[in-house]
Amino acid sequence: MSVPPDRTPPTVEIAGAPPVPAPTREQVLAGLRATDSGTDLVQLMTPEGERVANPEFDRYVADVDEAALRALHRDMVLVRRVDREANALQRQGQLGIWVPLLGQEAAQIGAGRALQPQDMAFPSYREHGIAWTRGIDPTELLGIFRGTDHGSWDPREHGFHLYTIVIGNQVLNATGYAMGQRFEGRVGGEDPAGNEATICFFGDGATSQGDVHEGFVWAAVYDAPVVFYCQNNQWAISEPTERQSRVPLYRRAAGYGFPGIRVDGNDVLACLAVTRWALEECRSGNGPVLVEAFTYRMDAHTTSDDPTRYRLADELELWKLKDPIERVRANLVREHGVGAEHFDALQAESDALAERFRAFCVDMPQPGPDRMFSEVYAEGSPQVDAQREAYLAYHASFEGAGR
Amino acid sequence: MTALTLSKAINEGLRAAMERDPKVIVMGEDVGKLGGVFRVTDGLQKDFGEQRVLDTPLAESGIIGAAVGLAIRGFRPVCEIQFDGFVFPGYDQIVSQLAKLHFRSQGRVPMPVVVRIPFGGGIGAVEHHSESPEALFAHVAGLKVVACSNPSDAYWMIQQAIACDDPVIFFEPKRRYWEKGEVDTDTEPGPLFASRVVRPGNAVTLATYGPLVTTCLEAATAAAGEEPARELEVVDLRTLSPLDLTPVLESVRRTGRLVVVSEAPSEVSVAAEVAARVQEECFHSLEAPVLRVTGFDTPYPPAKCEEDYLPDLDRVLDAVDRSLAW
Repeated sequence: MSVPPDRTPPTVEIAGAPPVPAPTREQVLAGLRATDSGTDLVQLMTPEGERVANPEFDRYVADVDEAALRALHRDMVLVRRVDREANALQRQGQLGIWVPLLGQEAAQIGAGRALQPQDMAFPSYREHGIAWTRGIDPTELLGIFRGTDHGSWDPREHGFHLYTIVIGNQVLNATGYAMGQRFEGRVGGEDPAGNEATICFFGDGATSQGDVHEGFVWAAVYDAPVVFYCQNNQWAISEPTERQSRVPLYRRAAGYGFPGIRVDGNDVLACLAVTRWALEECRSGNGPVLVEAFTYRMDAHTTSDDPTRYRLADELELWKLKDPIERVRANLVREHGVGAEHFDALQAESDALAERFRAFCVDMPQPGPDRMFSEVYAEGSPQVDAQREAYLAYHASFEGAGR
Repeated sequence: MTALTLSKAINEGLRAAMERDPKVIVMGEDVGKLGGVFRVTDGLQKDFGEQRVLDTPLAESGIIGAAVGLAIRGFRPVCEIQFDGFVFPGYDQIVSQLAKLHFRSQGRVPMPVVVRIPFGGGIGAVEHHSESPEALFAHVAGLKVVACSNPSDAYWMIQQAIACDDPVIFFEPKRRYWEKGEVDTDTEPGPLFASRVVRPGNAVTLATYGPLVTTCLEAATAAAGEEPARELEVVDLRTLSPLDLTPVLESVRRTGRLVVVSEAPSEVSVAAEVAARVQEECFHSLEAPVLRVTGFDTPYPPAKCEEDYLPDLDRVLDAVDRSLAW
């Protein structure tokens, strides 16, 4: 793609706003690559752990005292520990594959802790941190990656749908669910406790999918109470965000007629504040909202991926300086005087969780030969029943012969 | 008993289902004010409101994907795909989510969604308006696939499909929309997932579904009037997944001869599955190979060629002759 050198960028007109010149290609690419320096990035805590005032969003985290901050820190530490343990389990042959969330802890814990029990969340397949905040034990994630099930938790009980692997499909499903919330009158009611919202998680790569476009269109025309929460971790396997978009992703919302906002995805406080705001907008009838959590996938796409083939180690080193957990730790130490004994205790809790996680994994039973025939249909199928009967008889013939 | 067109019968069936269950919603392109391009949903939005009859954005993946979400929420969506050839943008959601969620969730998330698709040719339409893609759905585990052929079945089958907790792809024979038939709206006939003998006979069995049931009945009438008279037994399959071949097998054990008739291309088709299963189950009863009379393995042709493409009375009787001559 080339831009003629003498080309004058056109002026962009947005109703109700003063005209602004369209960005140059260089500005566009700079915007895509912007980290924590842009003026359009909501940040409440710097990578060094300094709390920065934000007149618009401070009130959404006014209740976050030292104890609450410690709880957010604990969430992130434990989720990272589970993630690293699962990665190791895959390397040791205990899992077929693992999808690391390393680096995205703040984006997920901040968003997840903004949810109320009555809200519904639709994950993609990397949302182990969101699962944690919805009360799903980490061991319940293992079946998908060990190959014993496709998802073991009850989506209704937890307000957390099953993982969706086909990229972008869940954006339409979440939109439909949110339409239902609206049809049932659970939006904009006088009692805020009775109002509901939906949040949908997807990545930067998914934004190129037609389903995401359609989801945005549908949510807009039905005023659906859904927060589209895009974790832009910069990489769709090997493809950078520039392969998906010319404009920063959050700005796409304007084209659909709803607000879009970019938040520092490595800042758990900012993610909590912005998501609380976005959910409130939805619950009160002002949805949908697009949130772009600007973060970084510090590990591979999956354990089958090799990021050294497409990105520089320098980039990872830069992002390590913006680590989501370290900044909260620094803040707890410096601004709240939290001592080593707290972190030691957390380390011990983390070790115990990892041990329990590992023990559960290696003890998971092999599904029986009848498993695949179960629950194909709600009302059954004579075809599947006949195949089950025939296969189990065949299977039993081996067992009988062997004993 | 009341005489209804097939289109009106589905309309009345939808109405009855919506009156019975407030969670039933109808959604699709132009289904509201216009009443659908075939008027199948005529008047429903006026009576049930815009939150139960949704004129949706023009996006088929959106129709299915949103219906999946609504079903998770507890609704029972009835989606209209405007024409057979327009279902493919929604195919991903049908195969990846609609068909698999019950299995993926180990039974915790049922998908009581009906996807209505007008199918088949014979209306002189442009490309993408005359296709028979049923095999593409019958092949997908987790889906149930049915095809109605007459107003009475249309009235009852749509209600039974809506009441079913599994996703049902509901094929409607669009060239039969305006054909009238008697409908008994008081007495529910047999179950949805059952095929049925619609004309008894003893010479050759014809197994068919959808728009060609009428064609096969006409062929049977013609064969009965020829000299020598041949009585053809016609089975309306009605359910394509799961296939209910009980009446077909029972019939073939008597006749020893089977011709399967459908508009879809023959290769890897529902007709092929019927043939395979019949030879497995009735090998010793067969007096002749199972024959198929189908569309050809070509894209659906321009309208001026469709008389050649579509199986008609003569092609059915030709196959009957070949079967009997074996």
